[in-house]
Amino acid sequence: MALDAKIPQGEMNEKWSDYKGHVKLVNPANKRKLEVIVVGTGLAGASAAASLGEMGYQVKAFCFQDSPRRAHSIAAQGGINAAKNYQNDGDSVFRLFYDTVKGGDYRAREANVHRLAEVSAAIIDQCVAQGVPFAREYGGLLSNRSFGGTQVQRTFYAAGQTGQQLLLGAYSALERQVALGNVTMYSRHEMLDVVKIDGKARGIIARDLVSGKLERHFGHAVLLCTGGYGNVFYLSTNAMGSNVTAAWKAHKKGAYFGNPCFTQIHPTCIPVSGDHQSKLTLMSESLRNDGRIWVPKQKGDQRKPADIPETERDYYLERRYPAFGNLVPRDVASRAAKERCDEGYGVGTTRMAVYLDFKDAIMRYGKTEAGKSGQDSNDTAHIFALGKKVVEEKYGNLFEMYEKITGENPYEMPMRIYPAVHYTMGGLWVDYELQTTVQGLYALGEANFSDHGANRLGASALMQGLADGYFVIPYTLGNYLADEIRTATIATDHPAFVEAEQEVHNRLNHLLQINGSQTVESFHKRLGKIMWDKCGMARNEHGLKQAIEEIRQLKHSFWTDVKIPGSLSEFNPELDKAGRVADFIELGELMCLDALTRNESCGGHFREESQTEEGEAKRDDVNFAFVSAWEHQGDSRWELHREPLHFEIVKPTQRSYK
Amino acid sequence: MNLTLKVWRQKNPKSAGKLETYQVKNISSEMSFLEMFDVLNEQLILEGKEPIAFDHDCREGICGMCSMFINGQAHGPWQQNTTCQLHMRAFKDGDTIVVEPWRSKAFPVIKDLVVDRSAFDRIIQAGGYISVNTGNAVDANAIPIDKKDADHAFMAAACIGCGACVATCKNGSAMLFVGAKVSQLALLPQGAPERESRVLNMVAQMDKEGFGNCTNTYACEAECPKGISVANIARLNSEYLKAGLSSEEK
Repeated sequence: MALDAKIPQGEMNEKWSDYKGHVKLVNPANKRKLEVIVVGTGLAGASAAASLGEMGYQVKAFCFQDSPRRAHSIAAQGGINAAKNYQNDGDSVFRLFYDTVKGGDYRAREANVHRLAEVSAAIIDQCVAQGVPFAREYGGLLSNRSFGGTQVQRTFYAAGQTGQQLLLGAYSALERQVALGNVTMYSRHEMLDVVKIDGKARGIIARDLVSGKLERHFGHAVLLCTGGYGNVFYLSTNAMGSNVTAAWKAHKKGAYFGNPCFTQIHPTCIPVSGDHQSKLTLMSESLRNDGRIWVPKQKGDQRKPADIPETERDYYLERRYPAFGNLVPRDVASRAAKERCDEGYGVGTTRMAVYLDFKDAIMRYGKTEAGKSGQDSNDTAHIFALGKKVVEEKYGNLFEMYEKITGENPYEMPMRIYPAVHYTMGGLWVDYELQTTVQGLYALGEANFSDHGANRLGASALMQGLADGYFVIPYTLGNYLADEIRTATIATDHPAFVEAEQEVHNRLNHLLQINGSQTVESFHKRLGKIMWDKCGMARNEHGLKQAIEEIRQLKHSFWTDVKIPGSLSEFNPELDKAGRVADFIELGELMCLDALTRNESCGGHFREESQTEEGEAKRDDVNFAFVSAWEHQGDSRWELHREPLHFEIVKPTQRSYK
Repeated sequence: MNLTLKVWRQKNPKSAGKLETYQVKNISSEMSFLEMFDVLNEQLILEGKEPIAFDHDCREGICGMCSMFINGQAHGPWQQNTTCQLHMRAFKDGDTIVVEPWRSKAFPVIKDLVVDRSAFDRIIQAGGYISVNTGNAVDANAIPIDKKDADHAFMAAACIGCGACVATCKNGSAMLFVGAKVSQLALLPQGAPERESRVLNMVAQMDKEGFGNCTNTYACEAECPKGISVANIARLNSEYLKAGLSSEEK
């Protein structure tokens, strides 16, 4: 099947308004007859379900958590970008568009990114109207801060809990629609297959995770808002339950998977402390506004950070990238940290960490505060206390979180940080309308591949999730459903539903019957290690080929020797996990295959064979300016389709933050 | 360190539960409390026994899913902390730790340490929102908001809906949870149009769900992982009284 991205004709800045002006509409009476399934209730899912409910569609929303409010969008810390230009610092829709395309290392689709930048301002308006308590200045107006890869202040935030506040806003809008009867909520439910009838997505098979019962649900369209797949690495900043299962089932039913190897390794996370570790915790990128990153100039320096004089510290980001300094994009910052640690300059007990130091910021703020109130600026301890208060207001919850996990006080001692898997730019391939290659099946938010290219800029995930849910899908879905008004609700005893349910049942039963000797967790850990070592921050042909071989062996071992307790018809978290890990194993193989095929470095994808003499990533626009869209063709078999990327506005150049 | 755990096991909502005793060995002080549970569950699975069901997801203290009552305290011994962020350095070698689910009439046990907190969702459905359809908003800076009010609204909005307040309260009251949401929206000008109906409807739903009343022991504030202040309960009472006196929707 040829890929058609359905990008509207016309000038870049007119495409979206033109599309909206000509798109098909569904009249209110018909909307009431159309059913839409939304899987996942994070920013993308909750905002889509709420908005579609408001419009009059009959929505069924599903989440595996006990409440839609707990989706992992809640953990996003730093902020959300919008081209408001409230700071009068030269921001505009064009700048946000430009920064995002460049930040993504020219591997995103321009038209989608432009639309994202266009709707960004309305997101902030909508959230404020919902009662989202963003940070404000004393004059009562909204406050902004900077994020990596940009030179303007366009990030709106609510302390270090921006995702929580945005999600609770979307959740409250969703619950309002539940109360009004427009949305039916299915919590503690997991989608285990897509049901296709005559080539179109017509529903899902879901498992009630409390009773274990399989359920059939019809929908005229199905929206997957199921987040990213970072947990394929076992250790990541994702929630324990975050998984690829819904997207993977869709993939196996015909939805192409876009750029699976594009993974974001976030530079500032709390380092791994031991084998017992179940997840990693992010320290928001916003900290790089004020924190300075350094390592000792001397290899293997064992001194305490406070004992290392200024002249013996290497602020390597400021040294290598003077124009952006500590605010270079995430992929650049992560690789630079890895480079220092691999060279033997790392700190902490494992030597796999660098310092993120707030001392200078605390003193700088302290001096400003002292100046404001005419206090003595020579009393260092006093200045420190004043500055500490300012830093506490900005990042207090993050500092507390750090102290709880490590037992160290980051006001007194620099934080130790190291990169960790955080976000996946890859996901289900979608066209301009967010439709996958299966008609009637859509993917929103992190679950799709569309807007971030090979590297996502900070504070852009929240923007994209809400853009897709509040402002894109309400238009694009109508364009499909307008032709579905004559499709009556299909009864779920239709053979396609019966067959899909039977397949799900058989697979779960098969898993339980293996009754081997190794736990699900142990397989997940091994998969994670293969992926991190060979498909992580640096990748090469030899390693990737090895990884594919190892993953195939792991898959065989999983399906012959996994041990899952309990039964099908009960609350059984181990069975849930087993299904997810089985899908992660298959995805891992595809990620390695994709990374192997893309023999260039771009964004978060660093192929060791493709680097400049200075060790910077070297992109290859002649051979790789395309989106990889993989079609599943059977066990360990895929066919690659290429969507060529055309850059009309932002001409690709070697990205430089120097 | 080696520890003895006494954990509540209950097959389903209808069955009677009881405390079972388990031993765990070689627990590192750097582990989180839930990672210690992971070790125990791996051990149980390999022994052919059923692992302990417990709710958890983000493991960074923000989703509100984890919910263990540890040695008589919601989320364990540390202040302003969730179970997932409790680390084993809070305990010492040889300790016995008792772990139970949230206990409240409005939070029935589903299995072992997992409870049903959907009552909270239904309270939000009763009015914990501002009725603004997508696309209706004015410019975000059109209405300036006093920083102090915005900050207080934020502090109330930091509630993670975990239910520790209810589990801790001797009356099983949800007034800290409800007070936090009512406060957040009452402090903001955007929340003003529905101010009265919101508080009346949310309180009515709270009562219907079987939550108890507040007798001002402040245990909820002491155990709240996000330090939500009881001032929010005072604001709830005041909002409720005002609404009761002036509202036409009685």
